[in-house]
Amino acid sequence: MTGIVRRLRRRPPKYSAAGLVWRGMRGEHWPRIWRDTELRRSYDAVVVGGGVHGLATAYYLARNHGITDVAVLDKAYLGSGASGRNTAIVRANYLTPEGVAFYDRSLQLYNSMALDLNINVMMSERGHLTLAHNDSSLRTMNWRAEVNKLQGVNSSVIGPDEIKKIAPALDTSDHPRYPILGALYHPPGGIVRHDAVVWGYARAADHMGVEMHQKTEVLDILCEGGDGPDGKGPGGKVVGVRTNRGDISTPVVVNCTAGWAGLISAMAGVRLPITTHPLQAAVTEPVKVFLPTVVVSGSLHVYISQTDRGELVFGAAVDAVATYSIRGSLEFTEELAGHVLELMPGISRMRLLRQWSGLCDMTPDYSPVMGFTPVDGFLVDVGWGTYGFKAAPVSGEQMAEAVATGRTPELIAPFALSRFDTGELVGEKGAAAVGH
Amino acid sequence: MLLVPCPHCGPRNSSDLRYGGESHPRPDPATATPQQWRGYLYLRDNPADWLRENWYCRSGCRRWFTVERNTATNEFRNPPMPGDKRGGKA
Repeated sequence: MTGIVRRLRRRPPKYSAAGLVWRGMRGEHWPRIWRDTELRRSYDAVVVGGGVHGLATAYYLARNHGITDVAVLDKAYLGSGASGRNTAIVRANYLTPEGVAFYDRSLQLYNSMALDLNINVMMSERGHLTLAHNDSSLRTMNWRAEVNKLQGVNSSVIGPDEIKKIAPALDTSDHPRYPILGALYHPPGGIVRHDAVVWGYARAADHMGVEMHQKTEVLDILCEGGDGPDGKGPGGKVVGVRTNRGDISTPVVVNCTAGWAGLISAMAGVRLPITTHPLQAAVTEPVKVFLPTVVVSGSLHVYISQTDRGELVFGAAVDAVATYSIRGSLEFTEELAGHVLELMPGISRMRLLRQWSGLCDMTPDYSPVMGFTPVDGFLVDVGWGTYGFKAAPVSGEQMAEAVATGRTPELIAPFALSRFDTGELVGEKGAAAVGH
Repeated sequence: MLLVPCPHCGPRNSSDLRYGGESHPRPDPATATPQQWRGYLYLRDNPADWLRENWYCRSGCRRWFTVERNTATNEFRNPPMPGDKRGGKA
């Protein structure tokens, strides 16, 4: 009897309404959602980067493949980078067949995430409008809608009258400088609470034995047998990781960082086709709910959604100059406000609460770089540009499969690093949320 | 907003210029292997440190020039002088 009780106590506390009432009545605290363990000297696999991509990779390694001797390292705290800075939009209305198949799978995983991870990720499938302000973008919308329909993704092009019915706050008249001519309407698109996704993956992975190590910075990746100095570079293999808390030996390192992807890869002697650009975003004071969908305008470089608290979240294009500095700029705020008012003149009295930026790793074709590299045991899941959050579940699933089987899964084969050697780029710029 | 030291026009707002990215010597098309050529086209060092990069003074002297910038702090150093051989798109 006591054995059963002990085993029940060791099980992770399930989040439920009954549990909430029970703990509330007894004044009990919820236990910490992941353990704080000592950094060991050896792991089967090390994931660099404790954001949604890294945590999802660790979670699927444990859940789908039974590989639980995994450490996730982050130089700050979990979700401190782009995972906590993005605008939380998910969608699958991409332009290339490869992109659509990939993001559609991601959307499916987001839809079942609350049940899978037993955490409320506040998935809100509210629909996604991509506005067209000129004939050429209307043409791209039609193209995207047809590619999407062919692959079973719900997208269609609608006119200004229907847009006005869906989102009455938008100015669909012909008065603005860039009048709204139509939109790509994508009902399965929506927003998810990004922090909950980070915590959910961390909690689920922790229960299966994965270790999360915060404030653990990777200083070097130890290799042998490669062409370059210290055995790094093509032809070599990974033997370990040097961190600010000591060396770890491991045969597999997965680079799941954003912003610092190039620097981490350089530690293994792998050069990437990536430049780092900041992306600025802002949020307004909360008001009553009036914007039922996500609204995106490529020509005006802005995407807008209203959170459940009522704040409007604005995102923009990446800054043109490559830099690791995440200081905001006044010109961004001015430009953003002008563009938003062009779409919704009615909110001119609203005030911005806050402005922030995060780092985006941009690739030449706006598609990610995933899978194996010329260094054995060094895998990358990088170059996500502005799409990282919406792709996290499927990336984790596929990267875990690549680590476990040693083969590149079909879904991510088009995104291999070797495409830059062979010239088979996957041009996804046409489906970027905003012009870059 | 960055203040970019143009060799001809002096300090200018970065919105007056076009950012040209990292400056690397162009391989000779006659002798370069496809891999070298694609490396030149696509691969980047992307350091969080001093970087030699190209700028085009779009609304000023309309010339390309090369300058060093620290990508972590956005400081500039070693701007070229007018007529400097380092100027121009490498």
